[in-house]
Amino acid sequence: MLLIECPHCGPREQTEFTCGGEGHIVRPDPDTATDAEWGHYLFMRKNPKGLHFERWFHAHGCRQWFHAARSTVTHEIFAIYGIDEPPPAIDPSKAGSQ
Amino acid sequence: MSQAFRNGDGGRIDRGKRVGFTFDGQTYEGYAGDTLASALLANGVRLVGRSFKYHRPRGIVGSGAEEPNALIQLGVGAHTEPNTRATQIALFEGLIAESQNAWPGVGFDVGAINNLVSKVIPSGFYYKTFMWPAAAWMFYEKFIRSAAGLGKAPTEPDPETYEKRSVWCDVLVVGGGPAGLAAARAAGASGARVILADEGSEFGGSLLSSRDRIEGREGADWAGDVIDDLAGMAEVRVLARTTVASYHDHNYLVAVERLNDHLPLGERQGPRQRLWKIRARQVVLATGAIERPLVFAENDRPGVMLAGAVRTYVNRYGARPGNRAVVFTNNDSAYRAAVDASDGGIAVAAIVDCRPNPEGALIRLARERGIEIVSGSVISGVRGAKQVSEVEVAALNEAGDDVVGARRSFDCDLVMMSGGWNPTVHLYSQSGGKLAWNAELATFVPATAAQKSREAGAVNGSFSLADALAEGTRAGAAAARDAGFEVEGEEVPACEAAPGDGVLALMPLWDAPSGRKGAKRFLDFQNDVTASDVALAHRENYSSVEHFKRYTTTGMGTDQGKTSNVNGLAIMAGLRGVDVPEVGHTTFRPFYTAVTVGALAGINSGPELLDPVRKTPMHNWHETHGARFEDVGQWKRPYCYLRPGETVKQAVDREVLAARTSVAILDASTLGKIDIQGPDALELINRVYTNNFATLKVGQCRYGLMLKDDGMVFDDGVTARIGENRYLMSTTTGGAPNVLNWLEEWLQCEWRDLQAYCTSVTTHWAAIAIAGPNSRRLLAELTPVDLSNDAFPFMSWQDGEIAGIPGRIFRISFSGETGFEVQVPASYALALWRALMTAGEKYSITPYGTEAMHVLRAEKGFIIAGQDTDGTTTPFDLGMGWIVSKKKGDFLGKRGLERPDTLRDDRKQLVGLLTEDPNEVIPEGAHISPSPHSAKPVPMEGWVTSSYYSPNCGRSIAMALLRRGNERIGETVALPLEDKVVRAKITKPVFFDEEGERLRG
Repeated sequence: MLLIECPHCGPREQTEFTCGGEGHIVRPDPDTATDAEWGHYLFMRKNPKGLHFERWFHAHGCRQWFHAARSTVTHEIFAIYGIDEPPPAIDPSKAGSQ
Repeated sequence: MSQAFRNGDGGRIDRGKRVGFTFDGQTYEGYAGDTLASALLANGVRLVGRSFKYHRPRGIVGSGAEEPNALIQLGVGAHTEPNTRATQIALFEGLIAESQNAWPGVGFDVGAINNLVSKVIPSGFYYKTFMWPAAAWMFYEKFIRSAAGLGKAPTEPDPETYEKRSVWCDVLVVGGGPAGLAAARAAGASGARVILADEGSEFGGSLLSSRDRIEGREGADWAGDVIDDLAGMAEVRVLARTTVASYHDHNYLVAVERLNDHLPLGERQGPRQRLWKIRARQVVLATGAIERPLVFAENDRPGVMLAGAVRTYVNRYGARPGNRAVVFTNNDSAYRAAVDASDGGIAVAAIVDCRPNPEGALIRLARERGIEIVSGSVISGVRGAKQVSEVEVAALNEAGDDVVGARRSFDCDLVMMSGGWNPTVHLYSQSGGKLAWNAELATFVPATAAQKSREAGAVNGSFSLADALAEGTRAGAAAARDAGFEVEGEEVPACEAAPGDGVLALMPLWDAPSGRKGAKRFLDFQNDVTASDVALAHRENYSSVEHFKRYTTTGMGTDQGKTSNVNGLAIMAGLRGVDVPEVGHTTFRPFYTAVTVGALAGINSGPELLDPVRKTPMHNWHETHGARFEDVGQWKRPYCYLRPGETVKQAVDREVLAARTSVAILDASTLGKIDIQGPDALELINRVYTNNFATLKVGQCRYGLMLKDDGMVFDDGVTARIGENRYLMSTTTGGAPNVLNWLEEWLQCEWRDLQAYCTSVTTHWAAIAIAGPNSRRLLAELTPVDLSNDAFPFMSWQDGEIAGIPGRIFRISFSGETGFEVQVPASYALALWRALMTAGEKYSITPYGTEAMHVLRAEKGFIIAGQDTDGTTTPFDLGMGWIVSKKKGDFLGKRGLERPDTLRDDRKQLVGLLTEDPNEVIPEGAHISPSPHSAKPVPMEGWVTSSYYSPNCGRSIAMALLRRGNERIGETVALPLEDKVVRAKITKPVFFDEEGERLRG
């Protein structure tokens, strides 16, 4: 079980959180997006081995969303950052990315 | 004679405390400090079980968690527990144990016929024989299941209690042997918060079995002193009888403390076991090593034991597993066991060593005792059915792959074997750590740790006491330092160990030749896997490690290959002509040893605590008025209210009719309620519902449908405008948390400019739905609010007092009747319910449950999100295109509804179904096919989502999602059921008062 550093509550057990999946997905303009673009937005998700930028929700705590940069190989969490912040620069090789 | 195999002195048992116990119906005596295994051996009991597949007689092999054979059914009745290891059961007065897997008894076992026919039941036998025809498996399974299996699960509920604790620490030390004790002492001295856990009842690990000295004391005494020191340190917690069973991510480890299992039943108080959930900054693994058996002909006879285990029984328990032993080894460590056995009163007839010229300090010690050493040789056969009586020894040829020359025989009742040692890397591997092959030790050792952990002592392949103490001290100090503590000095305790301590000088011998065809050479005692089975797997190309394991079942069962895995891998490597690391190893999975389900559940068991139970404020009233409850999410909701003598159907019909003819009330408190406030509350609501809320005035309500962004229906409910910038959104009972989370996610992550705030008020407000032609008349008696159609039109709400209680009245209806929903603060709800029941007596007011609610809404064709939808259903599929705004700007799901797939005209659409037989209620979930005569495979065109008997329609009604349903109204379809085919006509999904006059009346 992961130990996640909630930006508001500090380190808490993973069971308090919900993982919202891939972060930084931009919702296209619905008026101009093609069907393919809209389909991509709805259904296509990255599934990397290594560094992954994700959304997490402290559902059983402060109920705030935030971002985490996590290795899907080692589960090491490299950064926790705000939901409105861009992904930080992290050397993907440190996260076991290939 | 009692305890004939017990030495007169020595060992860590208390000869002053006799302990009586029963094994297979016979009573015996042991001493306090014994395990069941040591007490059985002291009493000369050799045969303790039958093997899993061939039902061969088996005896005790090991002395700890590695024991593959001595699996015991412990206790009787509700307290019974199968597959416990005799080697780990602390003896207590009145203990009752039974051997397993034998019928009628362990001495004469009918299943042993399997041994005689073993040639026809090789590995993969079940896969090959019972594969075909598939349907016959059902027939075979019953017999296979009863023939296989080990112990028996209890049939009564567990009378014991269990508990859990969550803790953190700076340094967790796993294992209380010399390395672990040194580590805990070094870390504890720094002031760090330390937890030291060991599975045994006494700390000391290998020290308890040896005669080594540390800091001028006997090792076991030193261990006791260290524990005393640790007990004096405020931040140190010492846990005995505690198995650290699993190692998870981010240094999260789970341990089980056995609080009571060592006590007589009458003396047990409090929980039986405690589950520790430990988050550690740093971990020191001092988990030791497990001795490896040798694979040789008939090595499974009772009396063939691990050499180190014999040493433990002699030194720690003063028990002799035999009187005359032959040692068989490929390394030096067995000489140490031989020396201790000899000093402990066991005549050692010979040491058979496969190495051509064993030399060294330990070998000299054995020679000094006059023990004959037969070098360059192997045991080529073992005689004795239920106990070893003789071994046959033969010399190895030069290549080491066959035996040559004359055989020699040795009389003996004990064989002590050692094939080397495997570090106990289970937890290390679970943590993600990588293993490396150490050719000198011929085993896998830790290489690269994946988490904040260190290994110390035998788990590292460092087998000498001096190394264990040094590594433990270093690891404990370094762990404390990494956890942020200052460590002053790292004094390694001085020790005096036997000469040659820790030296193996091992020569691999993976599969000892015997020169005899057909002699079984066991590799995995627990699963009855032989070296020939590995060869068979190899011949049939199951040679990758994962295939080989599953094909032969090596390393399965309760011991998970603790003694067998490396031997199996090495034999496979030999067959493949590759090095062992090239074969690799299987994954070490939690748990290290079995954990009871009770410990995992802790207090969270039973109907109340397994999952939280949510009850409405009127729950007790429902209970005392015949309510039969159903689970809706975590809520308990009345399904119907049974009157004496009534059937469920009669009750539901009565409640449904009451709502249409007079007045009926429903406890609707469980519906989700979200209070939304802020200047942008309206904008938020407009973006998450498909219809337009901009025109909603204060005092009005509107039904809304919520879609995911792919256009699929997600939830629905009525939203009321409470104030200028305040709304009350209602959701389905089960969807309440999801909707709140959904709103939060969009607000926080995507629409950060919106000023809107959501609060769940589901349990703040209780709700009562009042339905039926008399509902207005009834409510008017209890409230000053003008309820007339003009003053209080459909889909509006007002503040007001009801029965003197301040609340809100909503003119909404899910029943299709004239109706109101009254919401009051939860603590007043029961009073209001009672007031309504009293005032409604003259109208024969009827409380109704969820089933009547379902029938009423289905008569009207109202959907239930999640029942008539399944996450692939659009509003258009439901015939609810009217609720999707075409004028409004963007909302969630709008663009999704324009995708080509959601525009297909052959989608499944919601229709009504009327069966030909009006009394036939189709089961929900029934599939729909075009005709009862459809050719196989029968096309599946949809399924029934809702189905009831409608007393108002006087017949059954159903709703279904059906391909191209809209254009097929009037057609007849077939619903193949288990025992018949039901035919039904497709209709619109509305069955009662299609115009909705009653609703607005």
